[in-house]
Amino acid sequence: MANYSTNEFKGGLKVMLDGDPCAIVENDFVKPGKGQAFNRVKLRNLMTGRVWERTFKSGDSLEGADVLELEMEYLYSDGDMWYFMKTDGSFEQYAVEKRALADTEKWLKEQVPYTVTLWNDNAISVTPPNFIELEVTETDPGLKGDTAQGGSKPATLSSGAVVRVPLFINEGEVLKIDTRSGEYVSRA
Amino acid sequence: MSIDWQPTAEIATLRERARLMGRVRAFFAARHVLEVETPVLGHGGSTDVHLDSLYCEAMMPSGQERLWLQTSPEFHMKRLLAAGSGPIFQLARSFRDGEVGSRHNLEFTMLEWYRPGFSLGALIDETDALIREVLPDDPGPQHRHRYRDLFRERLAIDPFTEDLDGLRRMASEKGGLDMEDAQRDDCLDLLMSLVIEPTLGREGLDVVIDYPASQAALARRHQDPQDGAWVASRFEVYRHGLELANGYDELTDASEQQVRFHEDNSARRALGKPEVDVDERLVAALRSGMPSGSGVALGLDRLIQLALGKGRVADVMAFATPGA
Repeated sequence: MANYSTNEFKGGLKVMLDGDPCAIVENDFVKPGKGQAFNRVKLRNLMTGRVWERTFKSGDSLEGADVLELEMEYLYSDGDMWYFMKTDGSFEQYAVEKRALADTEKWLKEQVPYTVTLWNDNAISVTPPNFIELEVTETDPGLKGDTAQGGSKPATLSSGAVVRVPLFINEGEVLKIDTRSGEYVSRA
Repeated sequence: MSIDWQPTAEIATLRERARLMGRVRAFFAARHVLEVETPVLGHGGSTDVHLDSLYCEAMMPSGQERLWLQTSPEFHMKRLLAAGSGPIFQLARSFRDGEVGSRHNLEFTMLEWYRPGFSLGALIDETDALIREVLPDDPGPQHRHRYRDLFRERLAIDPFTEDLDGLRRMASEKGGLDMEDAQRDDCLDLLMSLVIEPTLGREGLDVVIDYPASQAALARRHQDPQDGAWVASRFEVYRHGLELANGYDELTDASEQQVRFHEDNSARRALGKPEVDVDERLVAALRSGMPSGSGVALGLDRLIQLALGKGRVADVMAFATPGA
């Protein structure tokens, strides 16, 4: 992979740091009145999702990381691994470990496209679409007529996620959920 | 994909900016300081090791010439001083390659002024007055700190006598990066910009004086009357962790100036940086005689940013370079 110098550290660039692939989040230029310049860089460790803050001398460089983000459909799980398939027509499949799946496990639905991040051709993380439609499998019975008032209750969805929903929602209904906040948006 | 053509600053901010620039001009008019405009392009550039200049190749009657975009209007303004202009100020568009960030933009407005006959202390007070003229609220009292004292108080080291290994160790530890091969001033710069600067100007205006002699740039050097150490006759002003101004008791000695230019270019060669054409006309002007006095460069965009409570310097620019 190519090396990238601090002045090429744009948001989204993938680089290697301490052996892990990272994405540049923010790059700021720090300089005393007259003197050596530094770059304060925020990087997201793509393995752990944690954000690191590091200082580099301006002009220092990091090795690029062979990271690809591809759209893949979720197929099935055998309990050990979760299988996804590229949507580019190649039918190529990738097996994803639980560790890489992390929180996305509770937003899985067959045939929905996810963004799978590959590092050296191994899946290291899976991002669900921002909005997903899921069926309610378990919740207290809905309250008739209560469509305008506030108030909410927990509902378990077909993917296993539990979200707060309005009181009028019933089992069997399909809901639109924002996966970033884990919040109910509307009936689908 | 749609192209983002919108200005970086809001139009309302640009109105405020224009109003504040009017106050700056009125401030100097009341003090009988002449507004001047000097060229953005010059045959000489800044040799400062830590400033990267942009240049262009221009067609002149005598053929193609390399012209340097000025990193500050200093050289031309000093030639005016040598020609007997008296006190002058300028709102000068200045250019520094590679400097883009929350506090920097490739091109920016430098408010630079020169006061023949002023001591450094007198210019510190005038800079303080200008800043108060532009800020909407009283920033509180002015505090002056010797560079050496700041390091002793905040880091418990003496920046003038601590050995290089000790400085490298501290810089590596505080910066979280490898500074084991760094030069003395590079270690001090890191500690200054990452540890000390963010704490300055939190209560009032902090003025740092008496920089290490090695960081004199175009300032005179003098011996500290308290401890006898050689220091640079320089100051910087900070508010909310932001460096606003950098002032010098100006070097007027032509030979010394020439030596510093050539030392800079040697240092640039050693670092593998391109050499910059030395401004021989400035050296000639100093040789003919420039009145002693003090001068200061103030980042006007940053001062306006503070005055308007904006988070980034780009927020007060019509078009910051990434969107220009």
